Amino acid sequence: MELTVQLGQTVLNALAYLGSLATLSARAAYYTVVAPFQGKPVRVQRAITQAMQIGVRALPILSLITFFIGLILALQAAYELKKFGAMNFVASAVAISMSRELGPLITAIVVIGRSGSSFAAEIGTMKVTEELDALETMAINPIRFLVTPKFIAMVVMLPCLTIWANAMGVLGGSLFGVTKAGFTFLSYLHATADALFLRDIISGLIKSFMFGITITAVGCQEGLSTGAGAEQVGRSTTSAVVISIFLVIAVDLIFTALFFFLGGQ
Amino acid sequence: MSSPVGPLNEQVPPAISLRNLRVSYGDREILHGVSFDVQQGETLVILGGSGSGKSTLLRTLVGLERPTSGEIWIKGKNLATISADELDYIRRHMGMSFQGGALFGSMTVGENVALPLREHTKLEDPTIDIMLRLKLDQVGLSGYEDYLPSQLSGGMKKRAAVARALAMDPEILFFDEPSAGLDPIIAAGIDELILELKQAFHMTIIVVTHELASAFLIADRMVLINKGDVVALGTAEEMRTSKHPRVRQFLDRIAEPAVSQELDYLQMLTEDRHGNRR
Repeated sequence: MELTVQLGQTVLNALAYLGSLATLSARAAYYTVVAPFQGKPVRVQRAITQAMQIGVRALPILSLITFFIGLILALQAAYELKKFGAMNFVASAVAISMSRELGPLITAIVVIGRSGSSFAAEIGTMKVTEELDALETMAINPIRFLVTPKFIAMVVMLPCLTIWANAMGVLGGSLFGVTKAGFTFLSYLHATADALFLRDIISGLIKSFMFGITITAVGCQEGLSTGAGAEQVGRSTTSAVVISIFLVIAVDLIFTALFFFLGGQ
Repeated sequence: MSSPVGPLNEQVPPAISLRNLRVSYGDREILHGVSFDVQQGETLVILGGSGSGKSTLLRTLVGLERPTSGEIWIKGKNLATISADELDYIRRHMGMSFQGGALFGSMTVGENVALPLREHTKLEDPTIDIMLRLKLDQVGLSGYEDYLPSQLSGGMKKRAAVARALAMDPEILFFDEPSAGLDPIIAAGIDELILELKQAFHMTIIVVTHELASAFLIADRMVLINKGDVVALGTAEEMRTSKHPRVRQFLDRIAEPAVSQELDYLQMLTEDRHGNRR
């Protein structure tokens, strides 16, 4: 009995949390799409600053990680392919798994670590130091002022980063392809281009768009719900990272299943 | 010059009217039916100990907390039932200086002060620039517009926060613990600043504090809050001569007897809830 009550309570809390994420995203969408027509312009400058922070500054570390991932994928694929003497499929194995799955996912995880956590820390600190209250007393909506630019920056930059990550993964795979699988660099790129369909790339980008919404919603929600005291900011930051990773993988599963059943493959 | 308080001013509606205001956090009621008026142009000091509900009262007055029942009338609107847009309209006529300043750390002092102007007016940048220099000058921070809040001392942060609160030329100005965490000299400077604002602009000023010296210096009237109730309301002189035990205890700085007497405290610890010795 006790267990069922606890289980029920947990499920209710989880649903309420998802509801709060959806509400936050919807309000950000309102301030992006509807409010500008009612004389409340989007804060473009803040969105650009955020986009620099989320996107451009993440490039070095993301490039390195996805280059390694591409190389690892090539090695792992070759382990199996070599049994069939099909080493020439290494390029397509890397290209497809990067663009459909690992490009979006690894990018999302890097961005969670860099930006999702910093959203929670930034907004949480502002909550603790009464800066959010100050915004409200100045009749400035914190969702419009703080959260909306982050959403805009994230849903633009995450797909861009994903495209970059895909390219770096292919580059990483080519290192193995050229040195061990008998490709030239050009023939490796040709094999990659032949293996990829547009839908592979698009499905990855749709996922990364959804990941962007998820990461921003969780980071900002955790920041906004920070309790009193500096240690609560740390707690918010940690849970922003943990919850984001979990939800990004859940969203990944949902969309992969959707593409599989709707797309016929 | 006498302050515009009392029967002479009966025809002017009060700046703020509270009627039986109750505020709760969850099941716990913090304010148990508070009623009083704040006259236009007067400086009202809200006094009270820690946990008395004075900060909750202030947060409710600026619309950060919603009352569970009762009425708050400001500019002909009841904050308890008002829509979000109407609340925003009222807030443009109010300024609030927070305890720690609450300046935005990522913006310079100048950008902080200019923020309400940029958000709520269509003024050109040069005009905003002149206005923010004017506001900083009023609080004695000329030349600090390009500093970040982290580069300012505690007293300067509070002054910058006041400049930001003044940006929209508010009719009502709120201060949360203006002298908290400041040394006596800097705190006296903030008191001076409040007095200057009062004389220069005749705005309604509401100050929450537990600093008695500063309260008696700046207040036209004072209200003492204890455990969520108004204990006393009156001019500084009326408070000073009040015979009310709570007022006397607060003004004469007498500690709570239960905690000050070691023996009583020991007795309290060793007795259970019904007064029986364990």
